Amino acid sequence: MKTFRFSTIQGNSLGYYALLGLLGCLIFLGLGAAHYMEHEGHWVTGMTNQIVWGTPHIFAVFLIVAASGALNVASIASVFGKTAYKPLSRLSGLLAIALLIGGLAILVLDLGRPDRLIVAITYYNFKSIFAWNIILYTGFIAVVAIYLWMMIERRMNDYSKPAGFTAFLWRLILTTGTGSIFGFLVAREAYDTALLAPMFIIMSFSFGLAAFLLVLMAAYRWTARPLGDALLQRLKNLLGVFVASVLYFVLVYHLTNLYFTEHHAVEEFLLVSGGIYTFVFWVLQILCGSLVPLILFYHPSLANSRIAIAAGAGLVILGGLAQLYVIIIGGQAFPLVLFPGAEVSSSFYDGVVNSYAPSLPEVLLGVGGTAFSLAIVALAIKVLGFLPDSLGDSETIAET
Amino acid sequence: MSIDESKSSTSQAPIDSARRNFLGTITAAVTGLGIAPGVFLYEVARARPADQPVSNSVRWGMLIDTNQCREDCDACVTACNNEHGLQGSGRPEIDAQWIRKLTVKDKQTGHVTSLPMMCMHCEHPPCVDVCPTGASFRRADGIVLVDKHICIGCRYCMMACPYKARSFVHETLHNQKTHTPRGKGTVESCTLCVHKVDVGDGITACAEACEREGHKAMIFGDMNDPSSEIAIRLKQYGASQIRADLRLNTGVRYQGI
Repeated sequence: MKTFRFSTIQGNSLGYYALLGLLGCLIFLGLGAAHYMEHEGHWVTGMTNQIVWGTPHIFAVFLIVAASGALNVASIASVFGKTAYKPLSRLSGLLAIALLIGGLAILVLDLGRPDRLIVAITYYNFKSIFAWNIILYTGFIAVVAIYLWMMIERRMNDYSKPAGFTAFLWRLILTTGTGSIFGFLVAREAYDTALLAPMFIIMSFSFGLAAFLLVLMAAYRWTARPLGDALLQRLKNLLGVFVASVLYFVLVYHLTNLYFTEHHAVEEFLLVSGGIYTFVFWVLQILCGSLVPLILFYHPSLANSRIAIAAGAGLVILGGLAQLYVIIIGGQAFPLVLFPGAEVSSSFYDGVVNSYAPSLPEVLLGVGGTAFSLAIVALAIKVLGFLPDSLGDSETIAET
Repeated sequence: MSIDESKSSTSQAPIDSARRNFLGTITAAVTGLGIAPGVFLYEVARARPADQPVSNSVRWGMLIDTNQCREDCDACVTACNNEHGLQGSGRPEIDAQWIRKLTVKDKQTGHVTSLPMMCMHCEHPPCVDVCPTGASFRRADGIVLVDKHICIGCRYCMMACPYKARSFVHETLHNQKTHTPRGKGTVESCTLCVHKVDVGDGITACAEACEREGHKAMIFGDMNDPSSEIAIRLKQYGASQIRADLRLNTGVRYQGI
């Protein structure tokens, strides 16, 4: 079996510092937005007593879901024995940790009382899936960090397989937990289904691999290291399978709801009359985020185009954000049904579709958290050898 | 002289036993009427001592008779806002509403019902289930509350509540009531006037206001006490729970829906 040489990036180019500077600015803006929201109170955001989770949650859930998916590349190598993915394992683990930290940072800074983080990690209600997730998230960082150590430290290499297996199991449980945050909400029409847990797992495969592909391509392009077509082909073909799998779950979710009379109203809202949510669903999630990437990945004339691969992965991420927008915001916008078969009205917006407009501070916080994730990756690859010197075809093809 | 006269009068006239019985009954009735409220008040005022925990022998609840609830009346809402110091900010989408008036129109029949909605004080509250820190909790006597000291403001309880009963404090608060501490960045909802209940008032601000208006559409009391008005009426006439399909066993019940 071929041994790959890993090395740190030089990281002294103007471009590298420009990248860090840009990410630093975005992080700074995100922190400023969090401070503003915390100081003034959440009335300065688009969130209300009707839409209680807004744009920050879309970014946070996306990053957390993508984090567990980013680890898949390493899992494919360690757990399923596909050695072609082995050289990518370190970056996969690093990206997983970085995305999770970025997502958690957004989630914590959007709390009504972020200063009470210590309360959140010292008081536990074990019936709450949210409480379990706090343990699963922090545990994930620890498990993947140990896994990375086993991979990087040569003397510990023998243990990397069991560590990888543990991390794989942990990530499956983690994403089940993330999906269950919504799946366990009995009262809301758009949630309240166990399907959300496996759907979030397959979403994580797709979003995580898309993020991984983009980071990999950028890192190798900007450091002028060889990245072979064969490896990229494998990755984008796999991503195509994941995108199609997400589509399948979305189809089953809506078909099930469409069959049940009690869910007809929410389906009509999401698929036909929901305005922005209907547009985001059909145009951004289905068309731009699923169908176009599938064409880009599988159309014969585009097979070797790196631009097509990068564009496809970018669109998968856009589609993922759109999907979470529909699930999180759309699910809250549809009114709670207190009296089936009746029209309800009140001073508290009962019985009406709730409105929500993302505010600048919310967007800045979400973008800042994403920048934080990328900054962690950019700094880490300068400190430790996460990237193989070469992923050229001559190195990787033999490993299939 | 007068004594002698009275003696002579009694010795002469025959005893009217019917009149004596009548007077005796009246005296007993008047005495009873005079003492009973005192005894009753004593019972009500015998509040749980502050150093003793609440007990599950009590289940505080509310019965709402929608037939008595007037569509044009919101005395309960005003009373709640005054009692707990809930002030409007001019931004209705973020203002806290612990109790609200709902107009419900049946699509098939056109029948319109007006009723107040608030925290249902469920036996199995979804808000308590999902709260990561345990800040949302249910007292043994059935009152569901938020511990403002350990609420981190994640709003998951608001996602979980089937009744939209909770509000998030979106801005800095001023002039709070000492008996109703609130906190920016935390979630809150109807406390069933726990500060009044715990000192033995035996009624909530909303029910008090409803009674004052002469509607008496809201009956507060101990559902576990068979002699309480709420228990008697629940037993006699029955009542519905909103979203009974969720089987949360709500503490607030409705008649006429």
